[in-house]
Amino acid sequence: MHDIRLSLDRAARWTLLGGLALTTVAAFGYVGGWLAPRRLTPQRLVDTLQHNGGLHPGYRRNHAKGVCVAGWFEGNGVASPYSTAAVFARGRTPVVGRFAIPGGNPYAPDGGVPIRSMALRFNGMDGEQWRTGMNAMPVFPVSTPQAFYQQALAGRPEPATGKPDPARLAAFFAAHPETAAFRAWAKQARPSASYATERYNSINAFYLVDGNGTRHAVRWAMLPLAHDAAPGPAGDHDYLARDLQQRLAQGPQRWTLRITFAAPGDAVDDAAQAWPANRRSIDAGVLVIDRTQPQGSGPCRDINYDPTVLPGGIEPSADPLLAARSAAYADSFLRRTAEQAHLPGTAPAATGTAR
Amino acid sequence: MNKTTTFHPLARLLHWTMAAMIVAMLFIGAGMVATVSQKHTWLLTIHKPLGIAILLLAIARLALRLRHRPPPLPADLPLWQRLAALASHWLLYGLMLALPLIGWAMLCAGGYPVLLAGTLRLPPIAPENALLFAWLRETHHYLAWLLFLTFVAHLSAGLYHGLIRRDGVLAAMWPRRPRAPVPTTDG
Repeated sequence: MHDIRLSLDRAARWTLLGGLALTTVAAFGYVGGWLAPRRLTPQRLVDTLQHNGGLHPGYRRNHAKGVCVAGWFEGNGVASPYSTAAVFARGRTPVVGRFAIPGGNPYAPDGGVPIRSMALRFNGMDGEQWRTGMNAMPVFPVSTPQAFYQQALAGRPEPATGKPDPARLAAFFAAHPETAAFRAWAKQARPSASYATERYNSINAFYLVDGNGTRHAVRWAMLPLAHDAAPGPAGDHDYLARDLQQRLAQGPQRWTLRITFAAPGDAVDDAAQAWPANRRSIDAGVLVIDRTQPQGSGPCRDINYDPTVLPGGIEPSADPLLAARSAAYADSFLRRTAEQAHLPGTAPAATGTAR
Repeated sequence: MNKTTTFHPLARLLHWTMAAMIVAMLFIGAGMVATVSQKHTWLLTIHKPLGIAILLLAIARLALRLRHRPPPLPADLPLWQRLAALASHWLLYGLMLALPLIGWAMLCAGGYPVLLAGTLRLPPIAPENALLFAWLRETHHYLAWLLFLTFVAHLSAGLYHGLIRRDGVLAAMWPRRPRAPVPTTDG
């Protein structure tokens, strides 16, 4: 019995067999990125960040310098009409967080950049999680992962000076007018003396989903209750962790979770555009941080603060940066955990040091 | 003798259903970690429930395989090809069971909630541990490569039987119903 009735000679049938197998392999190679050298993959993006910050095995490839913190969120129920997420109901949700500064160098001076970040994982009683990575700046410089990649390329340090080429950076900003809002803010921003006095913004927008399934486009922010903001001390490279320890020795530090609703026409999917200041907002509860640990031994070390890990009742927007953050954070997480585990082919991670 | 020339109809149904699912899964897996676009998010959303569906079907298929012996290979097939067929089939069974379980355990070790759809969440099957995560994540990666290469070999072998040898091996798994033996329709 013949399986396939083809009036082909033997050579043609071998060619068909080989052709099908080769096509399968080539299609796989394309989808997997090996045969698509121009596609922006998480690996290429993280390679560039790693190049800029230097290879520091075991550390995050961005926001490498930071500290672990822990505490809880005290929901007040005000956001519950807009979202079914249990975290917004009255009551406490434990939180494992991390403060950090941008950049891939874990030994960078705290005063080198005016931006601080707060990452949080809310651990719901029912096993649900809400992860968020926020930054103390009003908007993101760019709107797309491609532009972020271009910015990282433009910001690579020159071997001679160890600093980015100003002309290349200027050319990048000239080619990216969407960076205007960020640049206007950055021009007057000063590195703060404390993590505790900063306002941390979600930057990207999300949807709260209520009990009827209605989606509300929002951005959120953590507003500090500590108001003694001051510029960081000169000549000291490591003041942020110490400041936080000193403040926590006095008592817990608090932030109000403010949720701001988009009005029709607001840029929901563009993190480079601010929303007008008069948008309706609600205060959903208070974040209380009462302890800190070095990041090398604290529980935040092994958490990937992927902002698309969300509980029921919160959904990501179509902001293209969210998917890119998820993909790139996963790659960074694999690199640093593989280094910690001393997997073959990885650079040895320094063990027992601050990470 | 008629009985043993084709696979059990349910085995054929499972084979072709799972073939489509596993090939889709391999491409989804390779694609979702190779893009920073929105495809990353929605491919990841498909990857997890599809993996669990493959795991469940693989268990059903293994049970069927142990109950119904497959038709014998042609008597004139060289020994090395018989051994390769036997080894690759059991390798395929092993991988289609192991990959979803490792993927599931890997997410648990990485501290992620294992969401299948909406808020439907699977229980943890491994402790939260970053070193375990790294090992499982890389094992998942390399076993997926092994599954892809085994699939290409399996596809090529199937085509070799169907196109070159024309020995009935591919027909035994072909989805159409086997034609009734000629004598019984005579009359």
